[in-house]
Amino acid sequence: MSRTISYRQALAEALREALQRDPRVFLMGEDVGRYGGTYAVSKGLLDEFGPERIRDTPLSELGFVGAGIGAALGGMRPIVEVMTVNFSLLALDQIVNTAALLRHMSGGQFSVPLVIRMSTGAGRQVAAQHSHSFEGWYAHIPGIRILTPATVEDARGMLAPALADPDPVLLFEHAQLYNMEGLLPDEGTIDICSAKVRRAGTDVSLITYGGSLPKAMQAAETLAAGGIAAEVIDLRVLRPLDDATVMASVRKCRRALIVDEGWRSGSLAAEVITRINEQAFFDLDAPPARVCSEEVPIPYASHLEAAALPQPAKIVAAVHALLGK
Amino acid sequence: MIRFELPSLGADMDEGTLLEWHIKPGDAVKRGQVVAVVDTSKAAVDVEIWHDGVVAELLVQPGQKIPVGTVLATLLEAGESPMAGASPTAAVAAAVTRRAVSPSARRRARELGVDAERLQGSGMQGSVTLADVEAAAHVATAAPASVPAASGAIDRAQDMRKAIAAAMSRSKREIPHYYLSETIPMARALAWLQQRNQGLPVDERLLPAVLMLKAVAVALRRTPELNGFHREGRFQAAAAVHAGVAISLRGGGLVAPALHDVGDKSLAALMSELTDLVKRARAGSLRSSEMSDPTVTVTNLGDQGVETVFGVIYPPQVALVGFGRLVERPWVVDGSVQATPVVCATLAADHRASDGHRGALFLAELRELLQQPQELDAPAPATSTSQASSP
Repeated sequence: MSRTISYRQALAEALREALQRDPRVFLMGEDVGRYGGTYAVSKGLLDEFGPERIRDTPLSELGFVGAGIGAALGGMRPIVEVMTVNFSLLALDQIVNTAALLRHMSGGQFSVPLVIRMSTGAGRQVAAQHSHSFEGWYAHIPGIRILTPATVEDARGMLAPALADPDPVLLFEHAQLYNMEGLLPDEGTIDICSAKVRRAGTDVSLITYGGSLPKAMQAAETLAAGGIAAEVIDLRVLRPLDDATVMASVRKCRRALIVDEGWRSGSLAAEVITRINEQAFFDLDAPPARVCSEEVPIPYASHLEAAALPQPAKIVAAVHALLGK
Repeated sequence: MIRFELPSLGADMDEGTLLEWHIKPGDAVKRGQVVAVVDTSKAAVDVEIWHDGVVAELLVQPGQKIPVGTVLATLLEAGESPMAGASPTAAVAAAVTRRAVSPSARRRARELGVDAERLQGSGMQGSVTLADVEAAAHVATAAPASVPAASGAIDRAQDMRKAIAAAMSRSKREIPHYYLSETIPMARALAWLQQRNQGLPVDERLLPAVLMLKAVAVALRRTPELNGFHREGRFQAAAAVHAGVAISLRGGGLVAPALHDVGDKSLAALMSELTDLVKRARAGSLRSSEMSDPTVTVTNLGDQGVETVFGVIYPPQVALVGFGRLVERPWVVDGSVQATPVVCATLAADHRASDGHRGALFLAELRELLQQPQELDAPAPATSTSQASSP
């Protein structure tokens, strides 16, 4: 029976299931145990699974991500929660230089089956230092897989295949999605390699991921009222990108708009547009366009923050420009 | 460095196809020389150049379709050396506006054999989209079954129809026409013509149409607000009268190329020029200056059997003079009714440039001039300002 649950609940259920299924799985991070997780995702897990498997860590991202890598090398299946992407900068060396490269540096002798979860994104008035969207950065790095669950179904379903992956997987949970409720279908396999069509259309491909997906869906609804059928593609996996799904949509709609909360320059949107130009140029009716965050530190003031981020109205306006309307 | 641009060969022309060059780099050219043949929707036109110089570079190849204003060639002025300036080719190439055709539309157009450059674009910034191409292909395939072996002639006829439609729609949309008419007794004019033509070989005889043309040009000197152009929101009088002569073509459609300086030429000269113009118009070989600068249009439906013609002004001109058929009508002369040959002259004029009173003066003057035909054959009065306006 399908049921309606929140994104937070879906993540919690996935964690519980993983802990139940495999004794090698454990969760560690700042405040994941006694506090129940900064976003309350691991609430109750300490009581259920004990301090051996639900481990509170010191405020040392470099240290505990490194410990997670060590545990993975030692045969465990660690899930490391870095509270937010902002703090993951402190662990960049472990993630980029160690986790992503050990398979290569060891000539294939070692793999690092590590899952790192973190929240990402802006929109909650927590100011510039706590509002980053760096998942596009991480997607630059060979050796790691980047997941951006944007639906309840993916929040529930992506952890298991991530844990099954022999290499490091980073899961980015957009902080604005935790309270989102959605329909969770019965059973069904969730893959961590494909993009998905979230809404079918024929006039323009809205290509997005993570926290921007609901905005793109809302924009598509507005556009539909004006007679424009937008197709919404949820990338889901930022590395490796699923080019086939993107190109199939672009070839059909002949116009593409990328919605990406990262800053424009050197963004994931830039990468997607480049691939469209490389692979589908002769199917285009207009130059690919993008709606990204303004290139400013994300403001604290609510109205300025809203103005700096992709919004449904900006998406609608960009689509009209693409269609020459 | 002189840039020789494709002139507009009429208000209804936006683009043309270069058919042939009569010059090559290194040739010396003289002002007024025919240097190229350009196909408009109406005719193949001999394009003249308006500078003396030496051809430096030909920038457009025969077969290319280019918008009006495109630089066709560059010329060196006297004393200018070829290396004086950087090659203009790059700048010129950039200046040629390229129709925005989307990549998908371009590919599909090639598959369907559609000329995407000619379509109206519905996409971003007016670009031609895939849907535009497919719609055009659909129209093209829906129509042609009934058209046997689509030929250039059919295209020409369709294009001309389109060009006329555009110019006449613009006229009726923009120009507040007013109309006047006057029946003019022609007994004296015809008697004078008959006498003058006596003993002349057929090809030197004057037709009434020439007398009327000359009378129009002379009458326009009194009412200059009927001769010129309405451009950029105001009327600009023309110095000379270049009468656009409406010539219907055998395949349908019409052109109205100019007879230049009509007011200053003898009737004999006008007659031979008119004969030549009609011949060349029907052969499709007009000159660019003839196409681009008529200051007024004269239409004479005389031999087609109607008494009165009310014309539609050819923008940006401001007047059109029409003559109907010469007919015998009862006419009161000195208190008694006589059978008299008469012609109905009409004026369609642009109310932005002139008022009905001035139009009436023009028709009255026209009537009086045609009562003294011998005066029309006199040499041009010195007062006339006959500086040919350079296009």
